Amino acid sequence: MDTCKKDMNIVIVGHVDHGKSTVIGRLLADTNSLPLGKLEQIKEMCRRNSKPFEYAFLLDALKDERAQGITIDIARCFFKTEKRKYIILDAPGHIEFLKNMITGASRAEAALLVIDAHEGIRENSRRHGYILSMLGIKQVSVLVNKLDLVNYSEEIYDSIVKDYTEFLAAAGVTPISFIPVSAAMGDNIAKRSENMPWYSGFTVLSQLDAFSEEPPLDDLPFRMPVQDVYKFTSSGDERRIIAGTVESGTLKVGDGIMFYPSGKKTTVASIEEFNRPKRTAVSSGFSTGITMTEQIYVKRGDLAVKTDEKPPVTASRIDVSLFWLGREPFCDNRRYYLKTGSAKVPMRLEKITYVLNASTLEKTVKPSVEKNEVAQCTLALERPVAFDISSDLASTGRFVIVDKYEISGGGIITGTPDDGKIAKDVARRNFKWEHGGVSLTERMERFGQKPLVIMITGRKNSDRKTVARALEKSLFASGKAVYYLGIGNVLYGVDADIKTGRSEDRDERDEHIRRLAETANILTDAGLIVILTASEIDEDDVYLMQTVLGEKIFTVRIGDAYDKEPAFDLAVDENDEKATEMIMRKAELFH
Amino acid sequence: MDHLDRLENRSIHILREAYSQFKNLCMLWSIGKDSTVLLCLARKAFYGHVPFPLVHIDTHYKIPEMIGYRDRLAKEWKLDMIYGENREALEKKLTFPDGNATRIECCKNLKTEALKNTLSGEWPRYRLNHAAGKYEKDANTEPYTGVIVGIRADEEGSRSKERYFSPRDKNNDWDIGDQPPEFWGQYKTDFAPGTHIRIHPLLDWTELDVWEYIKREGVPVVSLYFDQGDGKRYRSLGCWPCTNPVESDAKDLDGIIEELRSGKFANIAERSGRAQDKEDGGGLEELRKDGYM
Ligand SMILES: Nc1nc2c(ncn2[C@@H]2O[C@H](COP(=O)(O)OP(=O)(O)OP(=O)(O)O)[C@@H](O)[C@H]2O)c(=O)[nH]1
Ligand SMILES: [Mg+2]
Repeated sequence: MDTCKKDMNIVIVGHVDHGKSTVIGRLLADTNSLPLGKLEQIKEMCRRNSKPFEYAFLLDALKDERAQGITIDIARCFFKTEKRKYIILDAPGHIEFLKNMITGASRAEAALLVIDAHEGIRENSRRHGYILSMLGIKQVSVLVNKLDLVNYSEEIYDSIVKDYTEFLAAAGVTPISFIPVSAAMGDNIAKRSENMPWYSGFTVLSQLDAFSEEPPLDDLPFRMPVQDVYKFTSSGDERRIIAGTVESGTLKVGDGIMFYPSGKKTTVASIEEFNRPKRTAVSSGFSTGITMTEQIYVKRGDLAVKTDEKPPVTASRIDVSLFWLGREPFCDNRRYYLKTGSAKVPMRLEKITYVLNASTLEKTVKPSVEKNEVAQCTLALERPVAFDISSDLASTGRFVIVDKYEISGGGIITGTPDDGKIAKDVARRNFKWEHGGVSLTERMERFGQKPLVIMITGRKNSDRKTVARALEKSLFASGKAVYYLGIGNVLYGVDADIKTGRSEDRDERDEHIRRLAETANILTDAGLIVILTASEIDEDDVYLMQTVLGEKIFTVRIGDAYDKEPAFDLAVDENDEKATEMIMRKAELFH
Repeated sequence: MDHLDRLENRSIHILREAYSQFKNLCMLWSIGKDSTVLLCLARKAFYGHVPFPLVHIDTHYKIPEMIGYRDRLAKEWKLDMIYGENREALEKKLTFPDGNATRIECCKNLKTEALKNTLSGEWPRYRLNHAAGKYEKDANTEPYTGVIVGIRADEEGSRSKERYFSPRDKNNDWDIGDQPPEFWGQYKTDFAPGTHIRIHPLLDWTELDVWEYIKREGVPVVSLYFDQGDGKRYRSLGCWPCTNPVESDAKDLDGIIEELRSGKFANIAERSGRAQDKEDGGGLEELRKDGYM
């Protein structure tokens, strides 16, 4: 009876042609795990094409793979023992397909690394070993294969064990075993070999069952990247559900949670289920959904954590260790996207500390990182994101880099050069925020509106203020609670201590914008629609305001385009009589 | 968390990722057990709603019971149901049962071509009007850029090499020699205009997992999967001229699960009843490169 409920993913890696696919093919054949007739079918195919039979053909299913006798892409194969169900990921060993090897290895809990005893340790034997360490795979068993070609020599086996143990130590891996095998002959694959009386350790099969399952990450701090926010109102469902997969930790109904980078806080009202018994707690690995007691603004890209646990790091510059897989080298004159958890932000390469040859572990300093190289770098993100340092919490401490449409690299976050000051201030402000006796939801119901910040901008000489006042009047007349806050009102009051009049000073300008946004934040918390005006707002200003407000702001440009303008929600002509109406419609103020 | 929980939660993560990243998303529903499990996973992921259309390619050679079952569930679960077809090939009788095409050519005509042109919106799509209770020509002809498909890696060789998010180019072709990397739950969700992405949430499931899940969750499946008393049942559902029932007396879910765990099918491949897989070696790989599921 097959009642076991445990499972494990295993990857098999190593240099090209060292026998990975043969090991797995042999394992499947010797444990009667193949579909009936499969072995005969492959033998027949080899006979028809006058090719020698290969166990590897059981996995190398693609025409090109069989024609070239190599594995091109990772194959998933299903295998089970009394103890568990396995998915074995057979990786290619050719350097050209390193991205496929990483695709497979990143899913594995344990790895088998194959070295050909006849050929010895080769470039990718080492590179793959190093990558396993970067991917955080701790259980590695090394199979020294093709011992039939070296007369089952204990001496040769011992010397490989010695040399490779040394390399792995330098790469930060401690192998849990070495096994001498011959995949072609079936020695020490599924059954103990008679040809190597000098060896008494595991066979490949018994090693698999001896790998231990990674314990669930329930004891670590709670982390859930917000994947989406659902509200299926059109189907009559009024729940607002924050959806995501719990990366680590546990969460219960009633727990205080906080969303980073904004730092907004609320309490878990419910854990939602469909066709499953209602539950009051979830833990790592669950794709779940929660509702909150206060309707704060949360969006994809935020990281949910518990208020009484270790907070994540929020920063816009990060130190990383990465591998590059893109066809084009990774360099500092291009804009990329960084994806971590559910967040996606534009980024640039700021600095390469060194480039590492993952096979020789030699470090060099170069201006760019080429395909299949590993490097230590600093990345500059266009806005702050929340994450963990990989050594604290691996699952929220890693990222990928997208170049044009392709995932072209990935790695782990090793630290931060700065501390993302504004985002941190905002998080602290939200943490310390004193809630009044009336909630924002109640205010929204009373006023019949959602608070919103509308930023009206344009060239220096554009007539922003007239539009702003007309908009304020119209909204007020139609029953909305609205306030026009001119930047002048802030400049000479709230900003009196920093106003120098040097408009080109970027730091001073940032501080003005920050204070303007902080003031607007108080007004939106009071439930108001706030209209702001400022000249020639750029993308950085918009990001800054959104960081402070934790919400999207609605941007309108009056009149002609200007240099360095951001993407606007709306652009209207100067003197357009319909400007007010257009803004009200586009900003969806009456929904 | 047991094995089925792990599979379920990973699949839900993938479905949600697809929904958040693709504006024009649809799910292919072949009415078979796998895509019906996928449909149930979607209802779980989105709390009882299925927020994208379900697309069925009607070859008109499906076993009639399947279409009845499709429309019954579509109404009951308020699904946004769409079907497409290769009307021209059907009218000109360019099919295997008509004797005018090989099995592989027939699959290309009735499935691959119909699928390609239904997804791109070039051929008419028929959408279920729930109020009127019938299908009407759909006014929306925008191409789907994300297509969720219920294939499994254990079905055959080329599927064992698939990605969860797998890009298809302008001609629907699959570049199997150069697939994008995919790790740590980060998938290929950026794509060039004119191309689309196939999304495969069930890759890690085996046939046995699917049946065990059907039993655990009470997923409704067509009765063709069970022996109705003549000692035969379908193990895989396709078009009737090319799908043969297998000898089996499994009358219920327990019977099927037993047969797969340790009984007569424990070591026999599921698609062994599908004739088009055998016609020439690597036939399915070639069909799939051209856009077959
Ligand atoms: N003599 C002998 N030959 C072996 C053994 N294991 C594998 N081979 C042969 O080595 C060759 C390569 O084996 P594969 O299993 O395809 O190697 P691989 O590591 O999967 O190669 P890639 O996936 O392309 O990196 C084949 O011709 C095998 O028959 C062994 O134990 N002894
Ligand atoms: Mg191989």
